[in-house]
Amino acid sequence: MNLSQQVIQYILSGLTTGSIYSLIGLGFAIIFNSTGIINFAQGEFVMLGGMLTFFFITVVKLPLLVAILFAILISTLVGVTFERLAIRPLRKATPLNLVIITIGASILIRGLAMMIWGKDTHSLPMFSGNDPIFVSGATILPQHLWILGITLLVIIINKLYFYHSISGKAMRACSYNRSAASLVGIDVKRMVFFSFAISSAMGSVAGIIAAPLTMTSYDVGIMLGLKGFCAAIIGGMSSGMGTVLGGILLGVLESLGAGLISSGYKDAIAFIILLLILFIRPQGIFRKAETERV
Amino acid sequence: MVRFISIIGVLLLILSAATVSMAAPTIRIGGLFAVSGPASFLGDPEKNTLEMLVKDINSKGGVNGSRIELVVYDTQGDATKAVQLATKLIKSDKVVAIVGPSTTGETLAVVPLAEKEQIPLISCAAGIKITDPVRKWVFKTPANDHVAGEKIYNFASRLKQKNIALLTVSDSYGASGREQLKALATKKGFAIVADEVYSPKDTDMTAQLTKIRGVKPDAIICWGTNPGPAVITRNMKQLGMKTPLYQSHGVASKKFIELAGADAAEGVLLPAGKLAVYELLGKNDPQVKVLTEYDKMYKKSFGVEASTFGGYAYDGFYLILGAIKKGGSTPEQIRTGIEQTRKMVGISGIFNMSPSDHNGLDLSAFEMVRVKKGDWKLAY
Repeated sequence: MNLSQQVIQYILSGLTTGSIYSLIGLGFAIIFNSTGIINFAQGEFVMLGGMLTFFFITVVKLPLLVAILFAILISTLVGVTFERLAIRPLRKATPLNLVIITIGASILIRGLAMMIWGKDTHSLPMFSGNDPIFVSGATILPQHLWILGITLLVIIINKLYFYHSISGKAMRACSYNRSAASLVGIDVKRMVFFSFAISSAMGSVAGIIAAPLTMTSYDVGIMLGLKGFCAAIIGGMSSGMGTVLGGILLGVLESLGAGLISSGYKDAIAFIILLLILFIRPQGIFRKAETERV
Repeated sequence: MVRFISIIGVLLLILSAATVSMAAPTIRIGGLFAVSGPASFLGDPEKNTLEMLVKDINSKGGVNGSRIELVVYDTQGDATKAVQLATKLIKSDKVVAIVGPSTTGETLAVVPLAEKEQIPLISCAAGIKITDPVRKWVFKTPANDHVAGEKIYNFASRLKQKNIALLTVSDSYGASGREQLKALATKKGFAIVADEVYSPKDTDMTAQLTKIRGVKPDAIICWGTNPGPAVITRNMKQLGMKTPLYQSHGVASKKFIELAGADAAEGVLLPAGKLAVYELLGKNDPQVKVLTEYDKMYKKSFGVEASTFGGYAYDGFYLILGAIKKGGSTPEQIRTGIEQTRKMVGISGIFNMSPSDHNGLDLSAFEMVRVKKGDWKLAY
């Protein structure tokens, strides 16, 4: 295997890991834009997606597709319940307090998951077979195609929603200016509620499509959440292409770094990028002075 | 009046407590395990095992007529907490010996305390630094990592494999394994052609494996605990790599095959503690009886298979019990008793302690096994 084939392999691996980061990052960005807080419980929805799917397949013995739908539904319910119980009653609190509440919520959700499902790691079946597909000397699995495809689909739906539906446009309005939005009759509270619903659903989708490859356990949300956060920061907290590109960039750089430089620094690479961006371009590398923030 | 009644009540309580303690002299043992937190896969079965064994012994009338009392604390895998709780065990609970902690880092933090307070500490962690150099009051029950490494290299040299690629996890288990494997490779004439690491929460190791494939090693040795090694096994299948893969004893349980999938795990080799494969051992193996009993008892009590990790606590408990049976009751007597243990058949192996060896296990603690059709087979 020559170097160029190796590089293709690194990039393919990076693309799929990166798409997962993108989906998680989008969740961060959507909530940030509607509420101004960073929801550190985002990673837990990723965990919930995977663990709930596992639970419905093995314990309740539902077919994969039904299990996935239920898992997304319940994760979303957890997300909106969280908003109702912990965020909405405290709307007057400062963003910092709310951020701390989200950290508390993430510990709570993780703890409950540990008590209900135990500390074991579980694996999910691949959606369609596990025979590798060869792409010019490199290999990928059918699951990788699922990940890329579903990520793309979610991004398209996301785009359509925000630009071509009334409530999507209302949410964008909120993100530009909350008080102006409420003055023209937009129910800001409802938009916040929607943003939590969308984010938790997206997080759980990310967890579900990744779980057949990465496996799942009660604590997978911590690292994935942080990587998703990095992606959102690189993308300047935009809920559009910025974060998507941020996630993919992060995934590819990690993979190239691990392959070409040293695998010991794989996580360090992600966090060095995060720090550099925060120091040099806190608005994100893809954002010009004036761009949309939805 | 209320005051008077309460004084009487307190007096009665004191009296009754006194009579209880007069009736049955108890021996108090401490347990320090990472029951929750990242190392809970170690601490949880260790705590279960110890509680189960103490209950069992007490129901049979205790040892030498005295009951055993167990005090277990959860260190959460945190070295600072481990030291605090060890102090509590020694100072306020006044235990005569401690089983644990679960991890090497915690153990090394508690060692100075055990030495200073002169309380026998029987660690359930594998790091070689715990008993090398030998410390008077510190023992450990898991076999040294290098014993497992040596087992792998002996097997590899029989298959004429020369160029080895290492892929180790970046926690204390992996770091210790990596160090030992590199040192052993030079001693045994192997060449390390790749030395890659991954972090415990990594979910995709194709980058490391692609790099390893580039240097064409004869075999890969992976050193980690689940789920990483299972991900690596799957990634190798994904990349279509046919290089022989050795895993460490850290994944010697059915869980590994389940996670990696029987298909991807086919042909994976590893040194397994005998508990994982006792059903395959011949009737003549001296450990079979102990292993079978432990596994059955654990299954009955907790509904799951016993794990090698719980076995570390089992051995620790029986080392102490052996010393008590020889008439030991003070920490000093128990320490001497443990050091004099010879040919004790345990879960991790057959223990032969001596003043220069506070682990007491040799190469026979492991069996090389190969995954075949989703199950372990002895590999020769």
